[in-house]
Amino acid sequence: MTRSVRRTRMLQLAGAGAAALMALSACSSSDDSSTTKADKSGSASPKLSGTVTVFAAASLKESFTTLGQEFEKQHPGTKVSFNFGGSDTLAANITGGAPADVFAAASPKTMKIVTDKSDAVGTPATFVRNQLEIATLPGNPDKVASLKDLTKSGLKVVLCDKTVPCGAAAQKALDASKLKLTPVSYEQDVKGALTKVELKEADAAVVYKTDVKAAGDKVEGVEFPESAKAVNAYPIALLKSARNAEAAKAFIALVQSAEGQKVLTEAGFLKP
Amino acid sequence: MTSLHEPGAAAGPRTGGPRRRRVRVGAPLPLLLPGVLALAFLLLPLLALLVRAPWRSLPAQLTSTEVWQALQLSLVSATAATAVSLVLGVPLAWLLARTDFPGRGLVRALVTLPLVLPPVVGGVALLLALGRNGIIGKWLDSWFGITLPFTTTGVIIAEAFVAMPFLVISVEGTLRAADPRFEEAATTLGASRFTAFRRVTLPLIAPGIAAGSVLAWARALGEFGATITFAGNFPGRTQTMPLAVYLALQNDPEAAVSLSLVLLAVSIAVLAGLRDQWLTGS
Repeated sequence: MTRSVRRTRMLQLAGAGAAALMALSACSSSDDSSTTKADKSGSASPKLSGTVTVFAAASLKESFTTLGQEFEKQHPGTKVSFNFGGSDTLAANITGGAPADVFAAASPKTMKIVTDKSDAVGTPATFVRNQLEIATLPGNPDKVASLKDLTKSGLKVVLCDKTVPCGAAAQKALDASKLKLTPVSYEQDVKGALTKVELKEADAAVVYKTDVKAAGDKVEGVEFPESAKAVNAYPIALLKSARNAEAAKAFIALVQSAEGQKVLTEAGFLKP
Repeated sequence: MTSLHEPGAAAGPRTGGPRRRRVRVGAPLPLLLPGVLALAFLLLPLLALLVRAPWRSLPAQLTSTEVWQALQLSLVSATAATAVSLVLGVPLAWLLARTDFPGRGLVRALVTLPLVLPPVVGGVALLLALGRNGIIGKWLDSWFGITLPFTTTGVIIAEAFVAMPFLVISVEGTLRAADPRFEEAATTLGASRFTAFRRVTLPLIAPGIAAGSVLAWARALGEFGATITFAGNFPGRTQTMPLAVYLALQNDPEAAVSLSLVLLAVSIAVLAGLRDQWLTGS
């Protein structure tokens, strides 16, 4: 029959596959060498280059994006690439080997996950603090004025899950005021909680002051005194696996500089 | 399904036709190597799950109320989502397979959309349609006081949205393969169109419906993105197993592994139930 034809076709296919594999591996290896080269040139001269990969808590999204653009402007040729998410997820990703240069967490507890595995260089530094606030629908139609008002029946409240810092802080504030609150959902990060209010699916959410500010007029913020008992400290650290350590250090320095602090306080963060 | 062909093939390759002969020995290396690699690639992560499972603390973790709640909710909502898919999906499959209307090809393509859509997008779409402020949900809320997000019903809707296409596709395929002449014969003998569907077509395509239901059920059980987006996450009400696994991974990876094992076991059980199709199929 056409067995020989088939065989050659098979061989061709296999050959094409092998070639594709080789091309792929060649690609990745050349990639590696280029980054190590960039590293070397970075340490040889003060001129920074390459990409800084920053894993940062979801609540830092707006201010860090601004700082990233500032950094790229100050150091032409560099690029800051962000991965924003729940601090716990990010910590789990980092200990799982995700390629990151800098980690900025929303709580010391989540940072500890990384330092416990000795994935960070040196001691993490607290660079800002954040306070909770209640986010309600625009105009506050349910007349929420205090944390206690959230326990009213019929009100749909969203909290962050207790495993993420904003949820842990909310729980702390509730415990401190001896309130019991049953939310409709425990969201996986602070932006998830805020989104449910922005979409008007929930009536209120306990989020950070900075998130309320960043959401503009899509939500209305209600401050509550108990939030003083649950202020989150945000630590930042250089990671051991950093492939672009010099630029990463420079980015951390920018976050801690007067200029960086100005951006952060404007976003609603408190001084460290 | 193929049991009619099977004995002939098993009796010996020489007696079979030259076309369907099975190659049992001498697989060429260019096929064997990538084939085995693919097998390892698919099975290794599952093996890792078994190896790294905290077997000692497993019983304690699996009997915790939160896990129980999540598992129970998962099973109940997946079953309900399958029921919804059956009631609505089988008629849709029949319409797609047996009737002719303008734009049928387009409709069929749209039906398969949730199959390829990222589930989170599905969740967002559901929120915009059925949420408290959604285009339909707004009226549900103001007329009947029904809100779907953050409820178990919301979980079922999210799961049905993602799982129904599997059932529709599978039933439609079976319908196309089934001979329509039986239905025609029944109608010429006096049965109404619906009676013919009920008494002739349904029994004829029962295996396809069963396979489609199991597929839809398994898909509903594993649904994550649309559920967490549309129904949120509340233990006992909307927290299904995949959500529990995801959140457990954040602070207790061991628990996440145990929970994953349960889902793995359930999935394997489902596949075993489908063995006619996939475990021994040709």
